[in-house]
Amino acid sequence: MKNASLIPVVLVGFLLFYASIDFPEWGDPQSPASTADVSSHFIAKTGVDTEVPNMVTAVLADYRGFDTMLETVVVFIAGMAVLAILRNFSRKKPVKRGHEVSVEPDLIVTNTVRLVVPVIQIFSFYVLAHGHVSPGGGFQGGVLMGASFILIALSWDLERALTRFSINRCMVVAALGILLYAGIGVLSMALGGEFLDYAELEKVLPVSREMARYHAMLGVEIGVGFTVTAIMFALYANLSSRGRLEGGL
Amino acid sequence: MGLEIINTLILLLLVVAALVALRVKDLITASVVFGVYSFLMCLLWAEMGAVDVAFTEATVGAGISTVVLVATIFNLKRKSSD
Repeated sequence: MKNASLIPVVLVGFLLFYASIDFPEWGDPQSPASTADVSSHFIAKTGVDTEVPNMVTAVLADYRGFDTMLETVVVFIAGMAVLAILRNFSRKKPVKRGHEVSVEPDLIVTNTVRLVVPVIQIFSFYVLAHGHVSPGGGFQGGVLMGASFILIALSWDLERALTRFSINRCMVVAALGILLYAGIGVLSMALGGEFLDYAELEKVLPVSREMARYHAMLGVEIGVGFTVTAIMFALYANLSSRGRLEGGL
Repeated sequence: MGLEIINTLILLLLVVAALVALRVKDLITASVVFGVYSFLMCLLWAEMGAVDVAFTEATVGAGISTVVLVATIFNLKRKSSD
């Protein structure tokens, strides 16, 4: 049976290779993606419309904002699903796992983490806030922030990380992130535009239409960052402890 | 020319990492090799100029996914049965 399954794999692989012959050269200016109106439109208009130098962020958070909002909702739902399945609400006595040993946290590891965690967190704020100008944005900044809490949980134990960022607070922060994103969308709708039409925010912000889009994108990215931070940490906390939320890895 | 050599090297290593991740019996090893795969992918994207994607791949693919996979495997059987 195992050898029989090799036949479709090889066949599909051959077909994929055969199809890749038709691909345009990498960076070819005559390729369909480069000659289409869409890409030249965004390259010409992004800086004029939104004052954002990083085109990727502008497309992600503004032109395609609805898509990114629902992407954040997907992250939120994934985290909620893991919590719903794993989180142990019963008060049964926990079973000790085979690899668990009770040792003190290592001195060198914990002191290195003490040094590194603030740097990671400040860098994550930079990535989040500087996403308009350089690569970065809500997802990357949020993941970095979540990783700093995971690092604390890895080097001490889960309790220590949870005193800083409890699971209940995780859920609140995750929901707040989506509310912030959707709230900016609804606010621009209330001000006379369409959902997520950030330019209308000029009526409440003391800036031009272009800069309103710029600042609204930052607000939206902060919302994404909130959700991703909370969900990443909640995922790790539940997966590493079978939902019991205690002990080290 | 130099870039093409690096590209070829990265692509070859990608294939090797993918095969190793599939063949190896120890799931912890497999997830670490999977992290290597993600990081090679990140290098490839950075080299092609898609720095945003490379950044996401480095944080999500090579960073968080590996940690979450390892954390999960500690609660499961460590050996793959096939």
